[in-house]
Amino acid sequence: MFEISTFIILFSMFLALVSAIIGKTVYDKILAVNIFGTVTVLFIALFGFLTKRPEFLDIALVYALINFISTIAILKFFEYGDMSSSSIEKEEGDI
Amino acid sequence: MSKYDIFFHKISLIISLALLWIMLSGHYTPLLLLLGLLSVIIVTIISSRMGLITFDQPILQLYFIRFIPYGIWLIGQIMKSNIDVCKRILNPNLPINPCLITLHLSQASTFAKVVYANSITLTPGTISIDLEDSSVEVHSLSATGAEGLKTGNMDKKITHAEAAPYV
Amino acid sequence: MSNIDIISGALIVAGSLSIVVGLLGVYRMPDFFTRLHAASVIDTLGTILILSGLILYQGFNLVSVKLLLILIFILITTPTAAHALAKSALHGKIKPILGDD
Repeated sequence: MFEISTFIILFSMFLALVSAIIGKTVYDKILAVNIFGTVTVLFIALFGFLTKRPEFLDIALVYALINFISTIAILKFFEYGDMSSSSIEKEEGDI
Repeated sequence: MSKYDIFFHKISLIISLALLWIMLSGHYTPLLLLLGLLSVIIVTIISSRMGLITFDQPILQLYFIRFIPYGIWLIGQIMKSNIDVCKRILNPNLPINPCLITLHLSQASTFAKVVYANSITLTPGTISIDLEDSSVEVHSLSATGAEGLKTGNMDKKITHAEAAPYV
Repeated sequence: MSNIDIISGALIVAGSLSIVVGLLGVYRMPDFFTRLHAASVIDTLGTILILSGLILYQGFNLVSVKLLLILIFILITTPTAAHALAKSALHGKIKPILGDD
């Protein structure tokens, strides 16, 4: 069972990467990378069970954290052109 | 917020971080427990210096307990709308009819508003794209999803959970 | 192979198939906002099915508590990321395609 679903998940990781490459706008690419990260978390968790090493779950947890933070950081960079600007100050103006 | 409240927030933050450390670590030697206590205290000092402990609710770490029955109901809704969206994707004609609707928010606290917007987004077929003070704009994949939100079932359940008597 | 193993194996395979369905939706949908709906199928159905299958396979111990923590964490963060994506796409002058009501 684990082998079959690990293979399917590897295939869908490949599909997510292809959609990140052919995406037209930058938001399509960010969405594809976000999907790739979620699928990778599931892949690491499954791979830990496949090789009988559940310690891999710690890596999956950290990968989930990094995936969320990287998505928010890239979005902030594309929306404001700067990592350090506060979104609250800009909300006052006319966007 | 009074000094008394902030003190209780710090204590509850320390307790919940220590429980998280014990759960994730799995080793219970004195050295590792001491290191864990040290890092918990450093995290509490840093977050109080950053001004993160100013939430407008009682104690956040216990506040979410009243939303647990709502969460179980939400998982059932997620499964239903997942089956609907999967059918639409697998249909060769792709029968989608996207629309934008605006919903009124009847919750008082910020936390309950965020829970409402997040559960709209978590349900496949509807995504909240703009959250204002008293209204939320929703992009829906089909007219049936928008109708389901307009009946206000989810809104009523969250307002009910927010005013729950326990905790 | 006991009954619980069969149920959890079926849950895991169903979850990985639902991920493929979600990616098919990402390829088929016409514009960005409808693609987000297809992506949320992956984030909810795939994650819930696979991680609950693993929890069922493992039984109750420290490992399954960690799996539950990953599940709760993904269910909290992915709608936040999807909301941020939709909001900044709307500010980035991407107009959603609307159907005829």
